[in-house]
Amino acid sequence: MTDVLVGIENLSRDFDVSKPWLNRVLENEEKKFVTAVNDVSFEIRRGETFALVGESGSGKSTIAKLIVGLIRPTGGQILFDGTNVATRGSASMRQLRSRFQMIFQDPFASLNPRWRVKDIIAEPLRTFGVVEGRAAWEKRVDELLETVGLSAKDGAKYPHEFSGGQRQRVAIARALSAQPEFIVCDEPTSALDVSVQAQILNLMRDLQDEFGLTYLFISHDLSVVRHMASRIGVLYLGRLVEVAEGKTLFREPKHPYTKMLLDAVPDLEMTGRSRQPVEGEIPNPIDPPSGCTYHPRCPLANDRCKREVPVLKLHENTKAACFALEEGRG
Amino acid sequence: MTMDSERLKPPGLWARVFDSDIWYSFTRSKVIMAAAIVTLLIFLGALFAPLIAPHDPFDMASLYLMDSLTPPMWEEGGNPVYPLGTDDQGRDILSAILYGSRISLAVGFASVAFAAILGISLGLLAGYMGGRVDSIIMRIADVQLTFPSILIALLIDGSVRSVFGGIDREQSAFYVLVFSIGLSFWVQYARTVRSSTLVEKDKEYVQAARLIGLHPLRIMASHVLPNVMGPVLVIATINLALAIITEATLSFLGVGIPSTQPSLGTLIRIGNDFLFSGEWWIAAFPGAALAILVLAVNLLGDWLRDALNPRLR
Amino acid sequence: MSDALLSVRDLVVEFPTRKGILTAVDRVSFDIARGEVLGVVGESGAGKSMTGSAIIGLIEPPGHIAGGTISIAGQRIDNLPYEAMRRVRGKRIGMVFQDPLTSLNPIYTIAEQLIETIRTHMDLNERQARDRAIGLLDQVGIPAASRRIDDYPHQFSGGMRQRVVIALALCVEPELIIADEPTTALDVSVQSQIIDVLKRMCADHGTAIMLITHDMGVIAEAADRVVVMYAGRVAEIGAVRDVIKDAKHPYTKGLMGSIPTLMQDSDRLTQIPGTMPRLTDIPPGCAFSKRCPEAFDRCFVEQPDCRPYQGRDVACLLYDEGKPQ
Repeated sequence: MTDVLVGIENLSRDFDVSKPWLNRVLENEEKKFVTAVNDVSFEIRRGETFALVGESGSGKSTIAKLIVGLIRPTGGQILFDGTNVATRGSASMRQLRSRFQMIFQDPFASLNPRWRVKDIIAEPLRTFGVVEGRAAWEKRVDELLETVGLSAKDGAKYPHEFSGGQRQRVAIARALSAQPEFIVCDEPTSALDVSVQAQILNLMRDLQDEFGLTYLFISHDLSVVRHMASRIGVLYLGRLVEVAEGKTLFREPKHPYTKMLLDAVPDLEMTGRSRQPVEGEIPNPIDPPSGCTYHPRCPLANDRCKREVPVLKLHENTKAACFALEEGRG
Repeated sequence: MTMDSERLKPPGLWARVFDSDIWYSFTRSKVIMAAAIVTLLIFLGALFAPLIAPHDPFDMASLYLMDSLTPPMWEEGGNPVYPLGTDDQGRDILSAILYGSRISLAVGFASVAFAAILGISLGLLAGYMGGRVDSIIMRIADVQLTFPSILIALLIDGSVRSVFGGIDREQSAFYVLVFSIGLSFWVQYARTVRSSTLVEKDKEYVQAARLIGLHPLRIMASHVLPNVMGPVLVIATINLALAIITEATLSFLGVGIPSTQPSLGTLIRIGNDFLFSGEWWIAAFPGAALAILVLAVNLLGDWLRDALNPRLR
Repeated sequence: MSDALLSVRDLVVEFPTRKGILTAVDRVSFDIARGEVLGVVGESGAGKSMTGSAIIGLIEPPGHIAGGTISIAGQRIDNLPYEAMRRVRGKRIGMVFQDPLTSLNPIYTIAEQLIETIRTHMDLNERQARDRAIGLLDQVGIPAASRRIDDYPHQFSGGMRQRVVIALALCVEPELIIADEPTTALDVSVQSQIIDVLKRMCADHGTAIMLITHDMGVIAEAADRVVVMYAGRVAEIGAVRDVIKDAKHPYTKGLMGSIPTLMQDSDRLTQIPGTMPRLTDIPPGCAFSKRCPEAFDRCFVEQPDCRPYQGRDVACLLYDEGKPQ
């Protein structure tokens, strides 16, 4: 149990998507909610990279924001190193906050355009009081810039003077500055070109080895996830449908959705390959299908899948939520 | 090595100004350069009025009633001592314009600053906090928008004077004007800042600041505010022209600056009485000065709006 | 290459700026044969989209074509007046963009937009045009096409909208479709459906496609040949399989190595040091020389031409006769 750094238990989050109050009264409508994250449980072990993959509407970014406390859960709890993050007092909160950080998707939006890079990187440092005095934090910022492959001179520049990849390096330096143990990476390379993506992914792995970081890696790109993650959770419409070791998941995916997803990824090795056509599209999360939300697209679905919601169960080395697997269909 | 680090030093403020797109678009338009020069001249004239004005229109002792209603120097009966003629009290029109634009600009700047500070603060609060705070602030703004700004200014001016009836009008007129004009303009700032704040607060750099537990007020001031100031600058410039006009209107209506310290509007009101008796210059020159100033500032505002708009670049 | 449908020769696109002229596309040449899918791949700013815009005559001013020729079936189209070019665009070249909403007018139904396009370019009456439109929607895989044709664009999901755009691009049977990042905004599962639709439609109608994307995986699945662009210039052109399995240009090699794949286990990705130069400071000689592990002295002074080498075209001095041993 001690090797679990982050424990997610029955996490849920609803979003109010109803029309304004006046429209609701006039049109006689009920309040509407979207369940972006629905009863999700998993744990992240110290030093590993746990990846969450899913398509749009899967709730992966919502989970990221829930874990770092940018939004509050509707239900369930998040345990960080054994402490419930929701109930923490304000004194220990500050201390907890300095232990996790986040790298965002869009390096063009994640750096304040009016701030110099060194001030951006120094902000967490100064907020958490990691170092005392201007000289000390400036020295630390210089070190951080060099750690992420920029030069100390770059600190005086503004974000717009950098390319996308360099900005993401700045964002990584900011995330590292308060010496966190755990970093949530929300699609950190999806806005970058492939050759730059390779640089950033390599950098992130190097930093993980150097500082013993634990990553939660969120992505829609299965090939990137395969490269980065030790364990992977697959999300569909706010529910976790499969959790497995990276290698296991790619070698023998269990859940029909995972299989479809793996088959759909365009890949270099697949020139001229013909493949199984993908059925249907992701349903609207405002009005999700009953039972197993994947049943309208699933080749193995039966009546039970339409009525009941499957839960994660262990099948060999993989946890998957699927009745077809349980009953040995397909 | 020293050479190298010297060369790689980020360029200074002026170098950046002259390298910027704004400066480039500025130098490309003759109209804008002319407007800027006119504005600058009027600003300097107003600022150094005591040094450059041929007479001191506020110094009653220096006025000669004999010289009252002198036409401009090129008209028959004109006197080169009073290049643009004199008014009914013998005040030199040119000097009165210089001193008058001083008051007009002071009221303009002060009320714009007041409106901007009020509007920006409320707009930031409304946009960032959202929910009930947002609803209350913006509903007040909506209600205020249903009244014309002149009406609000008149209302405030009237109520201030009935409440503080005893105070010295010469002393209070300036502050009453600034307060009433400023209060009638804040809505525009609040709305603009609120909508920019709504966009900025969802950006990831704000989330990054929230993540480390910064206080919302600190995030608003140091992260959101610098990024919503662009449109504010444009509104402020255009509002400066509006504020000067509003001040002139109020003064013309007789609720503004008293005639002992005439602003441009007061001068036009004084001149208005003589307009039909042939002494056209008393109203015409202050009127022309007002029109030129407002036009130049407006042109600058329009240009600034286009230059700062990334979509038009 | 007499059977080439589209032939681009030494295309140069320039953007005058106050700091001088930017060359966004620099002497690019390639052909597309009838019924062929030509992939164009490159990083952002490599000039791939700009090449597409040049072909359809939609470069945003002040950018303009500063040299070279573009011909479709032997007819030059780069110097046509606006009206004539508009007819070519509607009739002979179809377009599919990344964001389907830019191609669809939100205030008209799908039927109105399809029928208008069909009737502008084909001699059909309202009834026939509508039947044709329904048939097309059916072919691109929109369920219940005869009912959904009267819906507005916002009533479709992203993937369905992109299908509608493909139908719109195909409705007058153009000879060439320019698809600029057609699947980038879509989810993986939908992306593969759209690629399938594009491929199938073109096979059925004999339409050639210029598929512009940054995603090598999409190219690998869909394209016959691929043009690799770097800093506005062509680095390599060849059959997709050749380019992926056995890249010649050092940039292409680096690019292929940097793409994580589903099949292989690798601890580190190959990375190309540095970033693509901004168009304002492309080095003299080969644009890639500063990042190239195999660069030698000539690379820094001499700009390589695209020359045939082992069944493909490569713009690299390594494959030039004068290579030092």
